[in-house]
Order: sequence, then C-alpha cells, then structure tokens
Amino acid sequence: MSRLLGDQRMSAVLVRTPGFSCIGALIIRYGYPFGLAVMAILLWESSVHILQVPEYLLPAPHIVALSLLGNWSVIWVNVWPTLAEILAGYFLSIIIGVPLAIAIVYSRLAERTLYPPMVASQAIPKIAIAPLFIVWMGYGIMPKMWIAFLIAFFPIVIDTVVGLRSIHPELLLLGRSMGAGSLRVFIRLRLPNALPNLFGGLKVAVTFAVVGAITGEFVGSEKGLGYLLTSASGNMDTALVFAILVVISVIAMVLFVLVEVLERLVIPWHASIRLRGTGGQ
Amino acid sequence: MVGDGKGDPEIGVNAKEFLSFREVSKYYGVGSSRLHAVDGVSFSAQEGEFISILGPSGCGKSTMMMLASGLIPVSSGEIHIADRIVDRPYTDLGIVFQNDLLLDWRRVLSNVLIQAEFRDWKVRQFEPRARELLARVGLKGFEHKYPHELSGGMRQRVSLCRALIHDPKLLLMDEPFGALDALTRDQLNLDLQRIWLENQKTVLFVTHSIPEAAFLADRVFVMAPRPTRILEVINIDLPRPRALGIRESPEFATYVRRILDIFYSMGLFAS
Repeated sequence: MSRLLGDQRMSAVLVRTPGFSCIGALIIRYGYPFGLAVMAILLWESSVHILQVPEYLLPAPHIVALSLLGNWSVIWVNVWPTLAEILAGYFLSIIIGVPLAIAIVYSRLAERTLYPPMVASQAIPKIAIAPLFIVWMGYGIMPKMWIAFLIAFFPIVIDTVVGLRSIHPELLLLGRSMGAGSLRVFIRLRLPNALPNLFGGLKVAVTFAVVGAITGEFVGSEKGLGYLLTSASGNMDTALVFAILVVISVIAMVLFVLVEVLERLVIPWHASIRLRGTGGQ
Repeated sequence: MVGDGKGDPEIGVNAKEFLSFREVSKYYGVGSSRLHAVDGVSFSAQEGEFISILGPSGCGKSTMMMLASGLIPVSSGEIHIADRIVDRPYTDLGIVFQNDLLLDWRRVLSNVLIQAEFRDWKVRQFEPRARELLARVGLKGFEHKYPHELSGGMRQRVSLCRALIHDPKLLLMDEPFGALDALTRDQLNLDLQRIWLENQKTVLFVTHSIPEAAFLADRVFVMAPRPTRILEVINIDLPRPRALGIRESPEFATYVRRILDIFYSMGLFAS
C-alpha cells in the first residue's frame, strides 16, 4: 500500500511539461501575450496624447508607471492586509466549501436544505451586505474575509459537487465488488475522480476571493488596497487608481498561477493538463 | 415457458454445479414507472463453464450479471453460488465492463493491484502475479504506463488482468469487447479463450454479437427482449482451443443459423 502511494507521489512529482523544444514555441508561449500587451499600452499612450485626454480622466501609461513607482512604499504597505484577507477568505471557502459539497453529494437532505440558501447567498449583491458585515464585525480582517468567502465558496461547492457526481456508476459497483467500504470508495475513487473539477473551482474561486476582499475594503477599512483605491479616487488621483488596479491584477494573476502550478503537480494525468494547447487533439 | 427447465439439463455426471438462478425476476422502480427487467430466469452453470448470454441491446442481460454478483438484489427467486444463497455482494469474482474503468491517476500495475489494495490484502504479494498476468496478455513493459498512454484494446486487457489478479472463482463480463474494433476484438477473444483454458473459471459473458457468443462459449443462452428470459440454450460442441478460422466452418455456421432463427421467430430483424 505504501508502495502504491509512493508510486502516485512519484507520478505527481514527475510533471510532464510539453516539449517546447524550439524558440518558435517559446515565442508563441510568451512572446504573443507580451507583444499584445505592449501594443495595447502603445495604443493607449498614443491615443491619450493625440486626443489630449485630461490626466484625471485617463492618465497615460507612463504616468501610471511613474505613480506606481512614486507611491510604491505606500502601496507595498497596503498589499499585505489585502493579501491576508484574500488568503483567509480563500482558505475558508475551501475548508467550508469542500465538506459542504461532500454533504450535498452524500445526503439528499443536505442537498435540499443547503442548496436554496447557497443560491440565495449568491443572488444578493455582496456590496449590499458588506455594510452589515462591517457593523457586525468591525473594521478588521473579519468582514473582508467573510465577504471573500461568500463569493469564493460558491464555485468551489458547485464544481466539487459536479466532480464527485461525475464518477462512472459502474466504477462504484466495481469498488463494491472488491469489498471496499464507502470511505475507501470515497477516498480512492470519488475524490481523485473529482480533482479536475475541484481545481476548476479553485481557480475561479481565487480570483473571486480577490474581488471579495477589495469589495469589503471599499465599504469600510483603514488599510489595504481597496482603502487606498477609495482614497485615491476621492483625491481625483486617477494615476494612482490605475497603479493600484495594476497591483491588484498582478496579485490575482500570481495567485491564479500558483493554483495552476499546484494543479499540474496534483493531476498531471488529467487530459486538461496533458492536452493543453492542442485543442484536445 | 421455453426458458424454464431448458437451462438446467446437460450437466455432466462429474461436473459440480457452481452458480444457479432459480426463477429469478427483477423489477426496477415502483408503480407506473415500474420496469420489468428479468422474468423468471432459471439455469445452472457448472464450475469452469463458459456461458455466453446473448440478446438484443437493452434486454436486461446486464441486469442478470449484476444480480449474479449480488450487487443488486433480486426481486423474486434465488441465486446460489457454491451452495450459498447470494443475498449480499459476492466478492470472490472479477468483473469486466464495456468501459474499462481504469483509474486515470494510477499506472497500469497499480490499476491491476487495486483489487488487492481494496481487499486489504498485501499488495506486494500480488505484484509478481500482476506482472505475470500483464505479460500473458502482451503488456510486458507497460506496467508503469498511465492508462491514457494505452490503446483501447490494451486498456481492456488491463481491465481483464484486474478482474483476474485475485484468482476469483467467477468472472462476469458485460459486453467487454463491445467498444473495440473488429480486429482487436478478435485478438481479445483469443486471449480470453487462452486464459480461460489455462485456469478454468466460471464465466458469464454478456454480448450481442452472435459469432462472439458462439466462438467463446460452452453454452449460449439466447435471451428474449425485455423483460428478459432464456429463450433457448445452445450447446456449442466445438473442440478447444478454437482458432478464429472455426467461424468459417459449416458447424459454426449451423450454430449461428440456429441462433438467428430464434431471433427471427421472436420478430427481431423484421424488415
């Protein structure tokens, strides 16, 4: 048994990266998105100059870059509270979302009682209930964490439920014919089978958690990027607003990539990883 | 009823009865949506006998197989395996489905050994046998491949090894080669016959291919459409090992003709 586990770990570590043997492939991989970004920035820069757009409406990219550098220390200080809120809300949504999904799959009663309030919680605009959370929990990390949770747990639950349910019914019969109990069937068959879907949910959720934390900070906070954003826009410092938006998107992208790396490590066998970029051929 | 009694006879004096169905019926659901799947099936199979269950698609053949495994309960009647009534999942068996059901996240060897792992047996002790079984179906060198690196026929061979690793008394095969191309299917029929001859297990083999049923089986049970029952039992008295060429022989053609006639008389294939 331990040997089998060892095999699986080995296989998880030996991630196969598609062979980008030539420079052409490297250009396609990194050059195209980079080139597109450069072109967009150039277009932005030149149109701001040609159309004489005032800076408080739309600052030119180089102004944004200067603002980012000039305000770096204050931005940097405010990155950490926001990151803490994002991660706290994200982990909370995993810790609560995955067991919730398991309960829904295994119990008809849980499905009937939990689904309606879950869907209802998504229908309510978070920005509308954020003030309530501030009233209840004060200005600290708590209300932001719970708002991030409230947005992020939903895709995790939905995708995990789909994953757990998508097991071949005959595989369950096969498991029982081997005398396996339901716990073993769950751990050895259902859960690994659900991992690709679970990771789909985790990737969506991590970007949602960013949105949730910023939303919470908008409504009431004394620090964080959302707080900085509100004060910058209050001062009509549009360049700083853009600079903060850049930082927020970078945080979201980095977190997303981290989840993707984890996905590659955990499920290298799945078609979504193996056949990436081949159009499923 | 044609099916009644016709399945019972022709058991040799020395043969041991291993599996028997006694007036087994199965209904799914209740009320107006109740589905009658199996209707009073009786037969008995000797130890080491190869039985093909042949019938039109969706007739309830697979249900019969699941009933035999004890994974789903009978609605009426009794099933006995080795003189014991089947009232819970019978685990001394191997099952091969049309879908190979290999676990994508496990390597070939580990997929075969899952039987031992799930039964809490010492996986290490079964590893040599797993390797040997894989070699016997031509998969030597593929032990550490992932299922996605294998062709459909190879995957189904792995699935067969998984069903045999624990040397079960009973092998249930539910259209195992139905999704394969004709050439691969022929090869797997030969492989299966060879393995079965080496180590005779009682096999229930569900198929809707007449030549496949006749080629492999000692007896072919011709089944009626839903609710299924045994229409007729055909003994295939052809010497073993059978080569593929036997399917061109006049004797084989006679068996196929007889089976076809039964289906014609049921109103199947009416144009």
